[in-house]
Amino acid sequence: MKFPDLTELALRNLRESLLRNSLTTIGISVGVASLVAMLSLGTGLQQMLSRRLEKSGLFDTVFVSSRRDLRGGRQEERTGPTPGESRVLDEEARVEMGRLPNVKEVYPDIRFSTDLQFEDKPHLTMISALPLSAKSNDSFDGMQGSFFSSDMAPEVILQKSFAEELLGKTPPLGAAEPSVVELAKPLLGKELTMHYAQRGETANQGPAPGPESEPVGASYSVVSREQKLTIVGIADLDPESMRGPMRARVFLPLRFAESLHVMQLVDLREILRAGSNQPVYSSISVRVKDPSRIQSVEDAIKKMGFNTFSILDASRSLQQVFRVLYAFLGIFGSLALIVASIGIVNTLVMAILERRREIGIMKAIGASDGDVKKLFFAEAGAMGFAGGIIGVVLGWAIGQVINFGTNIYLKSQSIPPEHFWAVPLWLVAFAIGFACMVSLVSGLYPAGRAAKLDPVQALRYE
Amino acid sequence: MTTVPAIPASRGTVAIRSEDLCRHYRMGENVIRAVDGVSLEIHSGEFVALLGSSGSGKSSILNLIAGLDRPTSGSVVVKERDLAKLSREELAKYRLRVVGMVFQSFNLIPSMTVTENVELPLRFAEVDRGRRDSLAREALGRVGLKARMSHRPSELSGGEQQRAALARALINQPQLLLADEPTGNLDSHTGKEILDMVRDFNRELGMTVVMVTHERALAERYAQRMIFLADGKLVDDLANDPAPLSGDGGRA
Repeated sequence: MKFPDLTELALRNLRESLLRNSLTTIGISVGVASLVAMLSLGTGLQQMLSRRLEKSGLFDTVFVSSRRDLRGGRQEERTGPTPGESRVLDEEARVEMGRLPNVKEVYPDIRFSTDLQFEDKPHLTMISALPLSAKSNDSFDGMQGSFFSSDMAPEVILQKSFAEELLGKTPPLGAAEPSVVELAKPLLGKELTMHYAQRGETANQGPAPGPESEPVGASYSVVSREQKLTIVGIADLDPESMRGPMRARVFLPLRFAESLHVMQLVDLREILRAGSNQPVYSSISVRVKDPSRIQSVEDAIKKMGFNTFSILDASRSLQQVFRVLYAFLGIFGSLALIVASIGIVNTLVMAILERRREIGIMKAIGASDGDVKKLFFAEAGAMGFAGGIIGVVLGWAIGQVINFGTNIYLKSQSIPPEHFWAVPLWLVAFAIGFACMVSLVSGLYPAGRAAKLDPVQALRYE
Repeated sequence: MTTVPAIPASRGTVAIRSEDLCRHYRMGENVIRAVDGVSLEIHSGEFVALLGSSGSGKSSILNLIAGLDRPTSGSVVVKERDLAKLSREELAKYRLRVVGMVFQSFNLIPSMTVTENVELPLRFAEVDRGRRDSLAREALGRVGLKARMSHRPSELSGGEQQRAALARALINQPQLLLADEPTGNLDSHTGKEILDMVRDFNRELGMTVVMVTHERALAERYAQRMIFLADGKLVDDLANDPAPLSGDGGRA
């Protein structure tokens, strides 16, 4: 029998016992709805987390360090430390990385520890430089004041705990922390004086280093400097949870910080090796245009002879966690569908008993076993397809309701609303396909039974 | 055997041949010999009546010829096909293309309209919708049921239902028309109308007809040959001179 005829006959048969088949279909749709609900919760949570990570500005960033970095620690960042291939992380490398495809921005990580004087009291702290692009970073969501007015402005943003320290308001452990607003009031617009060591601009006085010889006599000067800075913002973030340039308590605009030529904790040997006063960076952050391209950029930089690290590595293990979560949600969601599939078997076996004579007639006038089998298959498939579509709609609706309800709750807790529910297209296709598949498998036994029916017996049956 | 006038020209080739045909059923400890060693030959274009009381095995033989059942032993060869040797798939094709069947209880599918019932075999034969429609129309015209095309079987009289069943049996232009007590559920007048049509198909289309009946009068009126069965065995085989075509005198 041709497919259109098959569908037509199957639908006609389904209409004949409308109530029973509708109930069976509803059973399937409830199963599909539970599957869709479970999986869309998983997908939604994953997307929410991805969004958060992406917004954190770390998802699209590759952290580059030299393989000759001898500061130790972080063994995991050293992939294949073949000294021969190692390169100095200097201006030349920085420019080269900027030319790589898919790279949006390359900036050095400038971090140094120094004294900040506020109201005549010195405070030792870690200072880090941030590019202007960090403004979109959600770490600064709860910030009071404003972001740097320009890349060259002598301005600072303080991390909350440092602000507390400046005001002498560090709360005892366990006590309620003062709010950022409270801290910002007395600080915004005030001046700080930064004392720092500047690397001298003096020329290299030693002989030019040959390729073989170890350069000796390279010299540089260190000058003590002072710089006034204006407090423009107090950020509500926890330095311990940050990575890269965010791991500091005081932030400066990047280009301004670069212009200061602050003596950094860069390994002395790198300077010697570079053989000049050209700045050498301890690490560089490379931002990519599209987080999905991060792997290729990372590979290209590795090939240049540097160590790299990206959140992608961390997100891979996160994906693993989600895969397990998916499997669990999927199994629970499928249970209802499997129960529903028993309903299909039941319905079709009933239909065979009822339509015994009809099957006999069809065989008598020339229907093959295959025709009868296909007809029952088509009926099972049609119920599965309809149940799948209704189930997807139902599951989506359930998700919307739960999302809505949860957001009302979040609002009452003054937490911004979240979209943790997602029904992607693949899930729709998968759910409908899965429902059809389960239904067809359920149809196997009844269809086989109908096909084997003896026409003589069936026709004798009055 | 008496000679029979008005023998169709195609007579001579054997349409159905059974040799020592047996069909036994096991019922508990007993074996029921529904068909027990029947050998017969039916020629192309013949109108044959299978007569016997109930349980004589006449319907069982018809089912064996129709390919709905398989012999326990012996053989039945229809149009050079040994039915016992055909696969299930081949038997279905044989039923679809070679055989048309009518039953005592009409056996129309109640959920389908008359047209849909009539064209159902064409669906199994994978005929296009357009061609199906015109063939169904033609067949229904032949049995005088054009006005009832979109009715359901339950809305028709018994005679009309059997005519619809006849149209369905004809639609694939079978060489063999097998009728199992086709008038059993009809009054005698309607029964004759139906059999008049069957006879027309036999004469005009050269279709071989095998009709199971227990009414000897009907057999004598229409069949060219009467085969009598009892207890699964062939007991008599008589040639018969059916009533002339125009003969309405038989109507009491």
